[in-house]
Amino acid sequence: MEKAPKTNRSKLSGNWWSVGTSAMAAIFSIPVLVVLGFLFVPAGEIWSHLVDTVLKDYVLNSLSLMLGVALGSLLLGVGTAWLASMCSFTGRGIFEWMLLLPLAIPAYIIAYTYTGMLDFSGPVQSALREAYGWGYGDYWFPEIRSLWGAALMLSLVLYPYVYLLTRAAFLNQSLCVLDVSRTLGNGVWRSFFTVALPLARPSIVAGLSLALMETLADYGTVQYFGVSTFTTGIFRTWYGLDNAPAAAQLSAMLLMFVLILIMLEKNSRKKSRYHNTSQRHQAINRIPLKGWKNFAAVLYCGVAVLFGFLLPAGQLVIWTFTISEESIDGAFFDLIYHTLLLGGLASFFALLFALFLGYGQRLHNNPIVRLSVRLSGMGYAVPGTVVAVGVIIPFAWLDNTLDGWMRSQFDYSTGLILSGSLFALLFAYLVRFLAVSLQTVEAGLGRIKPSMDEAGRSLGYSPNEVLRFIHLPMLRGSLLTALLLVFVDVLKELPATLILRPFNFNTLAVRAYELAADERLADAAPASLAIVAVGIIPVILLSYSITRSRQSK
Amino acid sequence: MFKQKQLLLGMAFMLGLTPAMVSAGQEVNLYSARKEKLIKPLLDKFSSRTGIKVNLVTGKADALLKKLQSEGINSPADILLTTDAGRLHRAKSAGVTQPFFSDKLKKAIPSQYRDASGHWYGLSLRARPIMYVKGRVNPSELSTYEALADSKWKRRICIRSSSNIYNQSLIASMISANGEKATENWAKKFVKNFARPPKGGDRDQIKGAASGQCDIAVANTYYLAGMLNSKDKKQRSAANKVAVFWPNQNGRGAHVNVSGAALTKSAKNRHNAVKLIEFLAEPESQLWYAQKNGEYPARPGVKMSSTLLSWGKFKADNLNLVNLGTLNPKAVMLMDRSGWK
Repeated sequence: MEKAPKTNRSKLSGNWWSVGTSAMAAIFSIPVLVVLGFLFVPAGEIWSHLVDTVLKDYVLNSLSLMLGVALGSLLLGVGTAWLASMCSFTGRGIFEWMLLLPLAIPAYIIAYTYTGMLDFSGPVQSALREAYGWGYGDYWFPEIRSLWGAALMLSLVLYPYVYLLTRAAFLNQSLCVLDVSRTLGNGVWRSFFTVALPLARPSIVAGLSLALMETLADYGTVQYFGVSTFTTGIFRTWYGLDNAPAAAQLSAMLLMFVLILIMLEKNSRKKSRYHNTSQRHQAINRIPLKGWKNFAAVLYCGVAVLFGFLLPAGQLVIWTFTISEESIDGAFFDLIYHTLLLGGLASFFALLFALFLGYGQRLHNNPIVRLSVRLSGMGYAVPGTVVAVGVIIPFAWLDNTLDGWMRSQFDYSTGLILSGSLFALLFAYLVRFLAVSLQTVEAGLGRIKPSMDEAGRSLGYSPNEVLRFIHLPMLRGSLLTALLLVFVDVLKELPATLILRPFNFNTLAVRAYELAADERLADAAPASLAIVAVGIIPVILLSYSITRSRQSK
Repeated sequence: MFKQKQLLLGMAFMLGLTPAMVSAGQEVNLYSARKEKLIKPLLDKFSSRTGIKVNLVTGKADALLKKLQSEGINSPADILLTTDAGRLHRAKSAGVTQPFFSDKLKKAIPSQYRDASGHWYGLSLRARPIMYVKGRVNPSELSTYEALADSKWKRRICIRSSSNIYNQSLIASMISANGEKATENWAKKFVKNFARPPKGGDRDQIKGAASGQCDIAVANTYYLAGMLNSKDKKQRSAANKVAVFWPNQNGRGAHVNVSGAALTKSAKNRHNAVKLIEFLAEPESQLWYAQKNGEYPARPGVKMSSTLLSWGKFKADNLNLVNLGTLNPKAVMLMDRSGWK
């Protein structure tokens, strides 16, 4: 970098960050904006039909589902995070990473496995009927394929977002704060509720909003359970009613949900700041739990791990080795390779861009930058298929325009360059998952107090250097978290992959879906299991690194 | 850091470019709504016989159609394969297909299973009859789809959600036969006979019937075939508890849809594409549909699997399949109004 007078340099660099942030955010907002653009296309009289018949169901069910998942993932995520990071009980070290494992299971897969186990014709109810001589209607059994069943399924695989971010927050809280609280005579529980929990709030909310956005975008689970939500409505309107504009308008309504969600959250913590005043972290003196408390802690964490991971994964293993007719051959390893390739590339770029956007926002927290950063993260709540359409349309337009121009000028056809390439798919992943890395990076940056920046700047560092020499080392845990979360998300991603992948390019998720959609659940088990297996490795790495980063401070 | 970024961007570009640069030698490109497992073996056979490489992308029909539309004249796809006639018709109306004529196809596929102007050709039939639980329902009690609205079937019927294309096509065929008003009145009564809110797939309806939740399931036959030939003992025993009843045999016939293929407007490997579609209509390929996937061959006179033979011959609804496409939105709205979830 060329040497320039300090004031000039920082001004230039300031503009660069501000413009760059907005420009990048704008690029990643294109697909969402394309969808919003459909708001101006007349959809005919379909809306009065929707309002009269199904719209109420879509809204109420989506809201109930969000409520259910919010309760479920908070209940499973926050308490376990506290126990695993701040208490000591039997098996804590194992639970610490096992609690993350449900993250590796796609929501629709867990829905299939639980239906297989708990449905009327499944082994549990069949055994009950056999044992007691009951018939249909003689007894009550919770119906898994219902709205609340769907909320439960989604909570079981989405609570790790809350757990992960909350635990990172607890581990990063300087213990001084907690110690002070306890010296002041607050008990453990009181310290938890009055000090640790409020301090961790940004992270809890970040995790929760990821879980809720994923909930809104879910299609596989609700469709299989016969719950009409916005997502199923979008596809019903598009495929069934053959009305793409109305479907896009429903997607736009869905985005309004998300915007409101985001704004409520931002407003609620506008006035408070959440960083520790002391950076002195010391080895955690975990609160020992004895007797029934120890038992309760094991039970609590055990329930989450058992139902979120062990049972469904066990079912997949059983299916794989008993009734699956799917063979594991060379082609299967291609699937794994493709999956890893996409996951690796997408997570790397998502991290890079999230860091750029997050830091740009920290430097220039003006309304335009804020808005553009928020917009670029909206893709997470949009069903993958809708994002994919939002990618196809502008890319194909760009390709065809370039092609037309080249033809007219040079009589040479360039054909489609971006459409149908891995580039288009990677772009769609970024649009869809940028929010994940962004939330994580932002949560991490939020914990670094601004005085660090000021100190750095007063030492003559440029903003870039502050980022490089001060923030990046402090952020290591968050960055790794962002990387691995996106990686795991890409492993599980289906709809965008399905539409945008190039010829002869399949992934594990595509394979699992195709067999499951053909109602061959058992045959889908090997591919599903491979997704879980591939996903476990980064999840364990993640857990390990967070623990270590805490210890090395 | 930024140098690294540029390098990686470049790499990503190169990765992206490779598929587009594949030589335009002997090949044909397929957008398929049929799942890979249910078409790839046939495509491999085609490649080994002709030396023509088949490139495949699978996906949902409407998404593939959208892709085809957006890509326009530059689309790499030569063939669009779908699993229902409605989508083939939708592709035709969207202007992304082109007509072609082939003596082989004309001879092989009966006229009611192909587009009159040659835009698409049906390749297999997917029948959606009534299935009943042996012993609990006497087949003499059954007659037509229409009769399932009778109150004697109250809380005895399992059928999946109205979001599903098979049900949408079934209702579209009924609108075509009986008119919209009569069908809506029928649907309102029919919904009252559901044993449970619609959920799951077709196999789930059969399982529901087998386990006593309902006495009647409406499902496509190839799911039953899949269950009967499954490695899973439970699926086999559930499937063995139900039997197939062909409805409306004294009238228009049982509801069928077709899977089929269309030649895209942008097709650059036109010759190879036609060759492939012709191959899919050959008796040997048609037999594969029956044996591997339990679908009925579109080509008459082809040998069938023993599973299909066991269900007997049936009369299929001979309505113009294009109606399934044009009436589909009406069918969905009708089901919305009648409270069919």
